[in-house]
Amino acid sequence: MKRDSSLRLHIPEARFRPGDMPNFSYLQLPNAGEAERPPIDAVASSTRGLAYGLVRVLDDDGAARGPWDPKLAPEVLVKGLRAMMLTRAFDERMFRAQRQGKTPFYMKSTGEEAVGVAQGLALERDDMCFTSYRQQGLLVARDWPIFDMMCQVYANKLDRTKGRQLPVMYSAREAGFFSLSGNLATQFPQAVGWAMASAYKRDTRIAAAWIGEGASAEGDFHQALVFASVYRAPVILNLVNNQWAISSSQGVAGGEETTFASRAVGFGFPGVRVDGNDFLAVHAVTRWAAERARGNHGPTLIELFTYRAAPHSTSDDPSRYRPGDEFQHWPLGDPIARLKAHLIRIGEWDEERHAALGAEIEAQADADNRRAQALGVHGGGPHHDAATMFEDVYKEMPWNLREQQAELARVLASAGRSRP
Amino acid sequence: MSAMSMAQALNSAMDVMLARDPDVLIFGEDVGFFGGVFRITDGLQQRYGETRVFDAPIAESGQIAVAIGMGAYGLRPVVECQFADYIYPAFDQLVSEAARLRYRSAGEFNAPITVRTPYGGGIFGGQTHSQSPEGLFTHVCGLKIVIPSNPYDAKGLLISAIEDDDPVLFFEPKRLYAGPFDGHYEKPAETWAKHPLGEVPADYYAIPLGKAAVAREGEALTILAYGTMVHVALAAMNETGVDAEILDLRTLAPVDIEAITASVEKTGRCLIVHEATRTGGFGAELSALVQERCFHHLEAPILRVTGWDTPYPREFEWEYFPGPHRVAAAIATIMAG
Repeated sequence: MKRDSSLRLHIPEARFRPGDMPNFSYLQLPNAGEAERPPIDAVASSTRGLAYGLVRVLDDDGAARGPWDPKLAPEVLVKGLRAMMLTRAFDERMFRAQRQGKTPFYMKSTGEEAVGVAQGLALERDDMCFTSYRQQGLLVARDWPIFDMMCQVYANKLDRTKGRQLPVMYSAREAGFFSLSGNLATQFPQAVGWAMASAYKRDTRIAAAWIGEGASAEGDFHQALVFASVYRAPVILNLVNNQWAISSSQGVAGGEETTFASRAVGFGFPGVRVDGNDFLAVHAVTRWAAERARGNHGPTLIELFTYRAAPHSTSDDPSRYRPGDEFQHWPLGDPIARLKAHLIRIGEWDEERHAALGAEIEAQADADNRRAQALGVHGGGPHHDAATMFEDVYKEMPWNLREQQAELARVLASAGRSRP
Repeated sequence: MSAMSMAQALNSAMDVMLARDPDVLIFGEDVGFFGGVFRITDGLQQRYGETRVFDAPIAESGQIAVAIGMGAYGLRPVVECQFADYIYPAFDQLVSEAARLRYRSAGEFNAPITVRTPYGGGIFGGQTHSQSPEGLFTHVCGLKIVIPSNPYDAKGLLISAIEDDDPVLFFEPKRLYAGPFDGHYEKPAETWAKHPLGEVPADYYAIPLGKAAVAREGEALTILAYGTMVHVALAAMNETGVDAEILDLRTLAPVDIEAITASVEKTGRCLIVHEATRTGGFGAELSALVQERCFHHLEAPILRVTGWDTPYPREFEWEYFPGPHRVAAAIATIMAG
């Protein structure tokens, strides 16, 4: 018999597609409390286990286990729970608004709320965050009004981005939230530059960046790691592995062969893989990385292992590319339910208070939504004068833009209306 | 005042800005200890320290991205991209990020960065060390594009670029670093020592961006040029004896439209010269602007003399380079028209 010596091309494929029964038993999930917590000045080579393991604090019964327990005050836990619930309520209303034609586009963070919220609470408010498009919880955790975010989604009169940006591409300098780009991965090395500048100025603020596992294939991701490593930048590089890049599995970004956290190993700084749906673990790992950065010990790559329960955006139908109930089978659960169970277990929460908080949040989100919609929604505008589209291209408007601004004004005047 | 080469004038500009503004810092490939492959940052690390002038990984996209982050923080980084031919990996960061940050954040963030990069031919660099990619960037709103043609302008323009609150791409004609070059490659190389524009003040001075300079006043024909081609145009004009007005654009974006229209309305004829490839090049934009604004003053069709629409071929350097013979022929054609 002749051996087949021809080459074979490997194409990664998602484990489960529509019609399959999801079964995540193949995941090697360590128990809560098992991971070691090295000192913040540990040499990178001694932290390698963290890049291949999984830091978990909350066990299946809602108890906090092991050295990574951040031992947060109950008020902080309740604040986190509230911010996650408010983020979810906000997301639901904006998603619905897209279905009603009030915004052209939206992206929910359902199931991933612990990422933005726990990390937002673990950082200082003036640390600069270079997020991707699914960390709206970070703004909520920093008490940025969801009303302001709604105005951006609706591109109404109070939209701070003046009707220029895709919905969810917020910019909130006062909240330490860098202007979002629709180009994936570009923010990652920019955060490194901001962190380098902060170190250059002998400042105390650090930078943090977020990227999805899919976009981590981009060159910008790797260049960020090079520069962060070379200059020991005080930056936290967060990679949110939510398993799906629209319809492509994490395997297409390289997740079949190794963990994403292990990317840091080759660059010589710690990579930590953490249960992204475990509020306590995410907070603890982020705080550890922040202390490293503040102590001039350099960057940390954090892989937040989670699951994108929502569609990628309002533009895709996940039932076309994955089992509809896959999230129900996800073994790491729902971050809100898990933090709630923990609070109840430690005697700081109960069903009555939870229901009351839920009702309060729903009412707040509805009230803010009504107020934002009253100021205008997509398609009902334009809400800023069209002449403003020529502003901010440069600090001072050059002659060609002045001419074009005047040309548009003539077109509008001759059409006798606000739109040509 | 002292005689400086363009390389020394650029060095002096950064020296002045490093001394004046603690938020200015410089990085790029080999710019630190070594002072750059063209020696433009020579001695600056020694004078200002390693945290202000330092080497960067060979990763242009990362360099520009890091500069954008620094700019957003409030610094004024100056990046040296070793050759303009190497800038393409950074295209996304320049076009989608640096150029758009102010706009997309409605003024909350901006990227006051300067990217210096040597461009152009004349040194047998072949297709990866000779290109003139300015036209790829003049198409991008949000960027300013500057190209000096002599030491005096180089220093004043670079200081303005560093002080500018918008991202500036500063293309340096590498064939002019050591001396003026008019395309007569067969003649011995000249230095800037005897050139009037090689006299450069040691101290601070700024030349505003967006303003062209009249390199030579004339009545018969307007030649629009920048960088090395200003010197080629002067040589060609001298050889034809035509009384041409040569406009050194200095800034391509925003271009000095008033100077262009004033000159063409006066002369009624227009020749555009650049080293970059022709199709879709900046000359096409200049030609359209002149046609739109000066059509009734034109007495002959606008012509362009440019690099051919091929990659820069090393052993055909002088057949490719739009030298004085080609420029002179175009002058003759326009004057006959």
